[in-house]
Amino acid sequence: MYVLKDNFSTYVEGFLGTLQLTFYSSLLALALGFLMASFRVAPVGSLRVFGTVWVTVLRNTPLTLLFFAVLLGLPRFGLVLPFQVFAVLALGCYTSAFICEALRSGINTVPRGQGEAARSLGMNFGQTLHLVVLPQAFRSVIPPVGSTLIALAKNSAIAGAFSVTELLGTYKTINELGYNIVWTFVWIAVGYLIITLAISALFNVLERRYGVAR
Amino acid sequence: MAVDPLIELRGVNKYYGELHVLRDIDLTVGRGEVVVVIGPSGSGKSTLCRTINRLETVESGTITLDGRPLPQEGRALARLRAEVGMVFQSFNLFAHKTVLQNVSLAQVKVRGRGKDDADRRSRELLDRVGLLAHAGKYPAQLSGGQQQRVAIARALAMEPKAMLFDEPTSALDPEMINEVLEVMRGLAREGMTMVVVTHEMGFARASANRVVFMADGRIVEDRDPEGFFTNPGSDRAKDFLSKILKH
Repeated sequence: MYVLKDNFSTYVEGFLGTLQLTFYSSLLALALGFLMASFRVAPVGSLRVFGTVWVTVLRNTPLTLLFFAVLLGLPRFGLVLPFQVFAVLALGCYTSAFICEALRSGINTVPRGQGEAARSLGMNFGQTLHLVVLPQAFRSVIPPVGSTLIALAKNSAIAGAFSVTELLGTYKTINELGYNIVWTFVWIAVGYLIITLAISALFNVLERRYGVAR
Repeated sequence: MAVDPLIELRGVNKYYGELHVLRDIDLTVGRGEVVVVIGPSGSGKSTLCRTINRLETVESGTITLDGRPLPQEGRALARLRAEVGMVFQSFNLFAHKTVLQNVSLAQVKVRGRGKDDADRRSRELLDRVGLLAHAGKYPAQLSGGQQQRVAIARALAMEPKAMLFDEPTSALDPEMINEVLEVMRGLAREGMTMVVVTHEMGFARASANRVVFMADGRIVEDRDPEGFFTNPGSDRAKDFLSKILKH
């Protein structure tokens, strides 16, 4: 029962580590996912191919493998960064594939005529996408994007195996000190719940404000 | 007529896979002319209308607008589309924008007008189609006839050289058809160049300079409306007219 009180600073350190990983990876995943979704519906063939390859490769390989590739692979090409930055890169790129597909399914819910009307008024591809199609797609992708970011928060635990400070990894330190393993994990679970429920709440608010009215 | 051609199609062919939807189409629309395209469903009349601003690409033939051939997808095509207004069967107003924003959006983003300038012009046009009082509403709050009149105002806001109407009244309740046709009749009187795909024979008779009758992807007849309706030259047209004019 005293696990939390005795190891509070360890927990907080781990909690903040997970929070940072989740936050920065989410930003990267949303930006890249947005870009890749634009590529996948672009009128330019090479962009579509690039987007498709990006999604296919990242969505169909294990995240752990991607961590190995980034943490061990990139330094070989002379790119040496802190492990936390590598972890954000791996998590962000991986999750961007899922964000991209969620956005694309939203784009597909917007009636074809909306894009045709925009183009017939002389808007180019970028204007059509950003002024007409995406604002309407956004409303139907709020729930799946929320789920994807919750999955991202939990996936960040893998970074602990690569000596990045995060929440799950704290169990090793606490366990070595001889504390009850069950309670150690209970408090870790509570830490994750705080983050994931906060993401849920944020997306519930977004959905209430911008979601499709029924 | 057609001394000053604005829209010209020469030897246009289009396929959907195996289906040959446009066969060797030759059509000239003169400046200020109103051409009504009629024909049974599946005859290619909507496709024809949509090829003129390249919402549909063609496999062969040339399409020229004001003497210039339609460019490939890109900046030049976007510029050209701004010169040709299009009105759709399903209205296609931007669902997330108000009526006023619908009419102003492309003026600001494509024509580069200031927002106040664009809104002022939008209000003029909405007043003209009788919908100024609804400027702040969203499309879903309007009836079909009202939405279609907003769509016409939106197209006019770009000051187009020509207007394409792709079955503008086919999705409307009978009592709303007339309010849309009234706006179109007004445009025709003012000398707007119009290509109208429609089933409204009354409009064709009263407002068209020429009637183009299509069947199976071909232009079967292209002549003055009075002659076409009283004395159609082809069996295909006689058959069509007998079916639709009976009731």
